[in-house]
Amino acid sequence: MSVLVYTESDKGQLKKISFEVASYAKAVADLMNTTVTAVAINAQNVESLGNYGVSKVLNITNDAIKNFNVNTHASILEQAVKQENATVVILSSSADSRYLAPVLAVKLEAGYVSNVVEKPSNISPFTVKRTAFTNKAFSQTEINNGHKIIGVSNNSYGLVENTTTAQVEAFSPNIEDSGITVTSVDKASNQVSIADAEVVVSGGRGLKGPENWGLIEDLAEVLGAATACSKPVSDLGWRPHSEHVGQTGKPVASNLYIAIGISGAIQHLAGINASKVKVVINTDPEAPFFKAADYGIVGDAFEIVPKLTEKLKEFKAQNA
Amino acid sequence: MKILVCISHVPDTTSKINFTDGDTKFDTNGVQFVINPNDEFGLTRAMWFKEKQGASVDVVNVGGPETEPTLRKALAIGADSAIRVNTAATDGYAVAQQLATVVKDGQYDLVIAGRESIDYNGGMVPGMLAALTGASFVTNCVSLEVDGSNATAVREIDGGKETIATSLPLVIGGQKGLVEESDLRIPNMRGIMMARQKPLKVLEPINTSDATAAKSFEKPAPKGAVTLVDADNLDELISLLHNEAKVI
Repeated sequence: MSVLVYTESDKGQLKKISFEVASYAKAVADLMNTTVTAVAINAQNVESLGNYGVSKVLNITNDAIKNFNVNTHASILEQAVKQENATVVILSSSADSRYLAPVLAVKLEAGYVSNVVEKPSNISPFTVKRTAFTNKAFSQTEINNGHKIIGVSNNSYGLVENTTTAQVEAFSPNIEDSGITVTSVDKASNQVSIADAEVVVSGGRGLKGPENWGLIEDLAEVLGAATACSKPVSDLGWRPHSEHVGQTGKPVASNLYIAIGISGAIQHLAGINASKVKVVINTDPEAPFFKAADYGIVGDAFEIVPKLTEKLKEFKAQNA
Repeated sequence: MKILVCISHVPDTTSKINFTDGDTKFDTNGVQFVINPNDEFGLTRAMWFKEKQGASVDVVNVGGPETEPTLRKALAIGADSAIRVNTAATDGYAVAQQLATVVKDGQYDLVIAGRESIDYNGGMVPGMLAALTGASFVTNCVSLEVDGSNATAVREIDGGKETIATSLPLVIGGQKGLVEESDLRIPNMRGIMMARQKPLKVLEPINTSDATAAKSFEKPAPKGAVTLVDADNLDELISLLHNEAKVI
């Protein structure tokens, strides 16, 4: 009857979102008077999930599972659900979780709700709040089916410590042949991805050309931030599509979003609206972004951003 | 190769979002509807397979008669025929089951859907459709090549990309990258005229039950006014971000 949570790791290290989904799962388990069981695949220090309310870890160590594989991972979770007799599965909004959840939903005949931003307001009927219309609205959504899958929006619930002793059990599910083979992975190891970033520094057409992106990168480096861009910038080929954030690009749900030279088209604002604090730097005081931002500076990015980068370096040195 | 492109009928990206009937329904009043942008990238890639590899391309939508202009636009862009499953699309699982029937009956080799629709953002129909029909599945797909029954797809992952080797039948959750923005086609007059003659078949739905139900909607709370900081006083910005917002 426990609540099952799918955790993700990178090179063996559990990701921050894994602790967030564990925190969320604990809140659901409390509502249902049950406990949280986590599934961890080739991760280290899985006992640390106990700090966020996980009572049991199904720990899978298998060298055959090198890459994420949608069918293999869905099958592993299905086996875990059956073993634990779980009715609720919690996962994140990572690219992998979003890939996996609908496939798992069919295996379990489950109702799946993505982009969930709060713990359930009710468990009978099971009701969650999710974003819709690309952050332009929220919806209260009920899940009718017996099995329920909840995709928690990254950075929405946060980390909630809840010291529990996690009992770690080895778990050896059957690994099925999946019909899908990952032949290569191209991942910049030294960069923070937009999905995982706490801070995102984003540039628009106001930067005038790709040769000026050093401004963005320097500021991002000081803040340990991911870099992003507006749609026109990616359409012009100044930056890769993978950096495009907005309604048709990637969603951003960081703690801090800094927009430089971005006017703030409705589609862009929709995509970044889930970020907690927004800062805009733009020469045009009439730019729509000033209506969406928490803090704003009217002025020339080419003068302000290098100064801000220097001052943040000093600040970081003092507060290190 | 038989290709089916799934088309969602969604509000234009510039639409103001409002609700009606006691905040239980999306207010379509004054809203312009378009092909879901993620689907349009997929449709355009399908046109490439049609022109270079001789594929046939059908489009499908699950929805009421109001979605037909969107299907006609897909026909004007170059699809061969259209199918509309005559039921309101209220739940992703139910839509996937309707589509699975169309896919099985039509024996499609490749199904291209958008990774998500820009209205309800469920992001579940392509994956469920693949699982229901036993097809392989790649979502967040930014590149797709098909050679005989083998397919190579590139999937965007957090912080990078991965290349996947798989085979038909295949369901794709597409997005920008499948083709470039500049490759998108605006229907010309000849396309629009021809689209009127192309078949648009209306199918009655199979029985399904909704796995989820959106009971009510609300808009985000109005935002407070921006705090403006003078360009010569960046220390103040840093102080605000540190002490007030607590994000650095």
